[in-house]
Amino acid sequence: MNRLSDDDVARRLAQDIPDRAYVNLGIGMPNKVARFVPEGREVMYQTENGLLGVGPAPAEGEADPELIDASKKLVTTIPGSSFFDHTTSFSMMRGGHLDIAVLGAYQVAENGDLANWATLDESHPPAVGGAMDLVVGVPRIYVIMRHVNRDGSPKVLRRCTYPLTGPGVVSRVYTDLAVLDVTDNGFRLVDLAPGNTLEDVQAVTEARILS
Amino acid sequence: MIDKRVASLTKAVASIRPGDVVMIGGFGSAGIPYGLIDALAQTGVGGLTVISNNAGAGEEGISALLRCGQVARVICSYPRTPGSIWFERRYEAGEVELEVVPQGTLAERIRAAGSGIGGFFTRTGYGTKLAEGKETRIIDGHGYVFEKPLHADIALIRAEAADRWGNLRYHATARNFNPVMATAARHTIVEARMVLDEPMEPEGVVTPGIFVDAVTQYEVRP
Repeated sequence: MNRLSDDDVARRLAQDIPDRAYVNLGIGMPNKVARFVPEGREVMYQTENGLLGVGPAPAEGEADPELIDASKKLVTTIPGSSFFDHTTSFSMMRGGHLDIAVLGAYQVAENGDLANWATLDESHPPAVGGAMDLVVGVPRIYVIMRHVNRDGSPKVLRRCTYPLTGPGVVSRVYTDLAVLDVTDNGFRLVDLAPGNTLEDVQAVTEARILS
Repeated sequence: MIDKRVASLTKAVASIRPGDVVMIGGFGSAGIPYGLIDALAQTGVGGLTVISNNAGAGEEGISALLRCGQVARVICSYPRTPGSIWFERRYEAGEVELEVVPQGTLAERIRAAGSGIGGFFTRTGYGTKLAEGKETRIIDGHGYVFEKPLHADIALIRAEAADRWGNLRYHATARNFNPVMATAARHTIVEARMVLDEPMEPEGVVTPGIFVDAVTQYEVRP
């Protein structure tokens, strides 16, 4: 089966970020999306630690150690940026002011349930961060992830088995194999990675995919 | 005369008692009051409950308090970060209790405490493990969870600049939890990169001095 690279999944998702959107990108794979948004679209990225208008990494010698994003990476401001405290930041998130949040996931279910903060392994301390706040407040939640785990077990499920981040919150899932919408009837295929068939993808997906 | 300036970091933290609940500003390494935390580590005062977004990384900051065995309990949103070795060591040994709170709920619980609000309903966490045992309510068709205010004895705050009245402003993403935590403690202690001789321009004040009890200088940036 043909699997897209992480960069190519991010590139595919970036096509769906419209001009003038306010967007929060989660840590890891979601963070790659900003690089691939097509030229000519002005997108404002919000980072939960108090910056709207996240710019690229600083040029050598221009880093400000107190100017970072949620993954603790050094960033810059852009024209139109603003700084604010945590209460204002989460007003943006919970209050429905952002348009899109892009998050990673352990598991996504056909009813839109998302699990991305804790596993069943109790020996590791859980870490929730801002994910639960984003999923209740941002109207469009896009998940970006690999379609299956390293051991081949499915991540696109009928029901999540890990603790939920939020019930029924996911709008769309972007993986290395396909793009799937969450509908009232379950997952519906939006498009396939080049060279794959729906049957190929269905074979490694626990949930049913409607065509 | 109002003058909240204190001569040293050591004097600034002298009022912290064993068992105190201590809020510590910062996110990642930005806005963490490293100077005050270091001074607190040197006192050896123990049994502390630390409220902060993270639970320290590397050897400095909250990690130093954990390494010195001064922390009994951590309330935070994201304890596990690259380099959070001291937290993980204490947690796995059962030496520190952990309460995980969604980040926005953490900020809002602190805001409630500082603003005299007895709690609030939020959609965050509804239908998840973090809502178990909490009061819930359906409001306009959506499920909400009741969350209580989060008070502290002490707040340790990092600011860019302070004046003798305790007015504060911040730098870039070092603001984060600092302004809200400054409102929610019985005693708020600030380290500022600059302590101004002149009053701060009123339009530029982010935290009004009424929320601040002590100000000391610590020039080092992370």
